[in-house]
Amino acid sequence: MKPGEANKSNEKIKQRKSLIRDYIIMGAVIVLAASALFIFPDKSNAVLNVSKNYFIELIMILPAIMVIIGLFSVWVPKETVVKYLGKTSGIKGIIIAIALGMLPTGPLYIAFPMAAALLKKGAKISNIVIFISAWACIKLPQELVEIQFLGIQFTLLRLGLTVIFIIIMGIMIEKTIGFTDRKKIQVDENY
Amino acid sequence: MSEFLKSYLTVIVINFIALAWLIYSVIKNKKKTGESLKAALKVFIKTLPMIIIIIIFIGFLLGFLPPDMISRVVGEQAGILGVFVTAVLGSVLFIPALISFPLAASLLDGGASVMSVAAFITTLTMVGVVTLPLEIKEMGKKMTILRNVFSFVFAIIIAIIMGVIL
Repeated sequence: MKPGEANKSNEKIKQRKSLIRDYIIMGAVIVLAASALFIFPDKSNAVLNVSKNYFIELIMILPAIMVIIGLFSVWVPKETVVKYLGKTSGIKGIIIAIALGMLPTGPLYIAFPMAAALLKKGAKISNIVIFISAWACIKLPQELVEIQFLGIQFTLLRLGLTVIFIIIMGIMIEKTIGFTDRKKIQVDENY
Repeated sequence: MSEFLKSYLTVIVINFIALAWLIYSVIKNKKKTGESLKAALKVFIKTLPMIIIIIIFIGFLLGFLPPDMISRVVGEQAGILGVFVTAVLGSVLFIPALISFPLAASLLDGGASVMSVAAFITTLTMVGVVTLPLEIKEMGKKMTILRNVFSFVFAIIIAIIMGVIL
């Protein structure tokens, strides 16, 4: 076996181990949660209700998101991501990152695997941070609700400030990471 | 917009995109479609345990701390310290935006300051303590910590600017 292949199979074993660990932790959390509900029976209705609602939302959204990530990883060439969100994408990259984040696509925890897929294909760290942040706080249908409840002035001011600060944050985080582990990023790029 | 559309817009849009792309993929190249679906299943198996854990956590959080209790605590906060406390609360809690906006409106009506409410809404969306394990798994420790710390600080700055202007 060549050294490269050995590395690869090591990586696979490591991945499998962490997967098994995750499922064991999940099992433990479920058992703990069930016993906690047993101890506090008066709260169990409220807890189960909330979890049930999130679970239903998840079932309606998660398969679609996973299919999109799968299609993305196979169909979208690395060059395209680099061109639109990579090193030289500039202001265009920032605008695309914000636009992608704004699409009505579900809760934040779904953004992380998406962002990881984009990062792997060569997107810039600053754009990824901007993408995650925009996903978190500038969602198209949500903003209509915000205007309805908090007024147009509050909403526009908050959105304007948020856009400015997430761009600053993206650039600052990229600089910090680039400064502390320049070496590691270079290795990733070669890979 | 009708109530139905508002609550299901996300579901409809995302499933439509996935389905349209999938159909395009099948027509264009069956083999690539198979690879895509395999990759999708892999991501699904990898992310599922974390997401289930997060959902259980959220259930307990909101089950033990109902929204009216949260609004009482946020409403009582005042001044810069109050902004800080509500920002922390917003970071730890996990409330869907569709519930958080009416909650915020009722807080403002009840006399809470714009600053506290803005801090609450902004950290609620941008900083996620509950989702930290998944974020670390996908994005790495360094980026996750940086993003959440920066978001927390910027949320407070945004809140202060909003309090001064409005």
